[in-house]
Amino acid sequence: MAQTRLDRSEQINGWAFVMPALVLLGLFMIYPIIWSLWMSFQVGRGANFSFGGLANIQRLANDALLIKALTNTTIFFFIQVPIMIVLALLLAVALNDPTLKFRGLFRTALFLPCVTSLIAYSSLFKSMFSTDGIINQALLTLHVIGSPIPWLTDPFWSRVVIITAITWRWTGYNMIFYLAALQNVDKSIYEAARIDGIPAWARFTRITIPMLKPVILFTTILSTIGTLQLFDEVNNITQGGPGNATLTLSMYIYNLTFRMMPSFGYSATVSWVIVVIVAILSFIQFMIARDRRRAT
Amino acid sequence: MSLALLRRGGVYVFLSVATFLSVFPFYWMAVGSTNQSPDIVRGKLGFGSNLLVNFQHLMTQVDLPRVFGNSFLIAVVSTVLTLVISSLAGYGFEMFRSRIRERIFQLLLLLLSIPFAALMVPLFVMISRAQLNNTFTAVILPGIASIFIVFYFRQATKAFPRELRDAARVDGLKEWQIFLFVYMPTMRSTYAAATIIIFMNAWNNYLWPLIVLQTPDNKTITLVISTLTAAYTPDYGVILLATVLATAPTLVIFFVLQRQFVQGMLGAVK
Repeated sequence: MAQTRLDRSEQINGWAFVMPALVLLGLFMIYPIIWSLWMSFQVGRGANFSFGGLANIQRLANDALLIKALTNTTIFFFIQVPIMIVLALLLAVALNDPTLKFRGLFRTALFLPCVTSLIAYSSLFKSMFSTDGIINQALLTLHVIGSPIPWLTDPFWSRVVIITAITWRWTGYNMIFYLAALQNVDKSIYEAARIDGIPAWARFTRITIPMLKPVILFTTILSTIGTLQLFDEVNNITQGGPGNATLTLSMYIYNLTFRMMPSFGYSATVSWVIVVIVAILSFIQFMIARDRRRAT
Repeated sequence: MSLALLRRGGVYVFLSVATFLSVFPFYWMAVGSTNQSPDIVRGKLGFGSNLLVNFQHLMTQVDLPRVFGNSFLIAVVSTVLTLVISSLAGYGFEMFRSRIRERIFQLLLLLLSIPFAALMVPLFVMISRAQLNNTFTAVILPGIASIFIVFYFRQATKAFPRELRDAARVDGLKEWQIFLFVYMPTMRSTYAAATIIIFMNAWNNYLWPLIVLQTPDNKTITLVISTLTAAYTPDYGVILLATVLATAPTLVIFFVLQRQFVQGMLGAVK
């Protein structure tokens, strides 16, 4: 009897501590997701709905802008994320050497971009990449290019600017994760490899990368979500242009909801495209993680 | 030997170039805030004498104290509420185990990867129907229960010594008293790290405030910078000065609390 009363008080306390968060998450996360599923079957202007069946899903298939946004997001992902992760890994390995001078200084400097807000650094990059701007001048002076590059008005170069900007902002952030993980790697493994005459590059690919695989996987997931969220930079540097060359999924949903002719039902349908993509990617990641656990 | 020396030199060159690229935009921002817009667009690299003029222009276009006040109010209230709600939940999930709550927690982890873009349309309709449009409440409320911060506190709670709780129970403290008088003081450094992260996120938040806040009186500094940048002929002297002002608080926090800052960024990964 006394035991069950203790159990019950444990239960009550357990619920009491988590309840405020659960109520808020239910209201502002779970409910909106479920509601948007319902909304995605509705058609009509703004928030005035009527049931449209599968009309929105049919619209998806013929939506050239959606395809464009998906393509852009995919391009950003497959080019930007690998560049950033490799750079961050190399920097982390370089900084992990305890005999390196000015280590703290390098680390602080490389981490500094993380401190800026996405909007602030977007404005900075927009000013640096203007046609007569500092970047073009520097490249012209160094004779890398013969004539100024139209960074913000050319579809190809505007993507380069966005990728450069994101890489600048997030490389140091990823580097910090790798540095923390490297500090947990047993130094004697490297010592043994060095004595066995294994060259530095092979030590990097054969020891460092496999050891850091879980962290690399984790940062890749963060970057995936980040790429799907991409909004602040494109909205401020290129406004999705030129010719929608930098339009992202988040920006497209924003435009569908608040610019163009607002159609909340269809916006919700596109939102669910993202949810499905995330679900698929999470599933793949889950399978990779499970295979790894089985292998060891 | 000379090969090793060469490699060593290569590492320093690599790090120096990376450092230069990381830091240069900060220099550019500081220099730009003292120059006229045409000079900035033409890539002038030295400090100019236009700082006060830029400041005057900024002040005439924007109610600066008000905008900063808005940003601070939103960031501070968000931080306090998120800390309280999320640390309570993190503590609850870790200290009072039950199968059903464990399931709920796993579900939350799954939801962690849902991007905000998927939520913003229904959230906006909800806020409109509740007539909370253009209010700070609407900006703050949806972010208070952060799954990431709940997870962060739960991970940190694993290191909280159970003996402290047991001793407090023996002394007859109620559970909320244990949380308030034993747990919170013990976990000071966890709270410090979480504070930095939440404050930064709230201070830098853009998309949701952009949707919710409409009148100039209610705008935050991030929204103002974005509006200035989107102008047909943006005045970069004014814009870069505004970015200096918007970045200053987070830079100060970073340099004063570097250790906690990095710890907070690493968050729940350990």
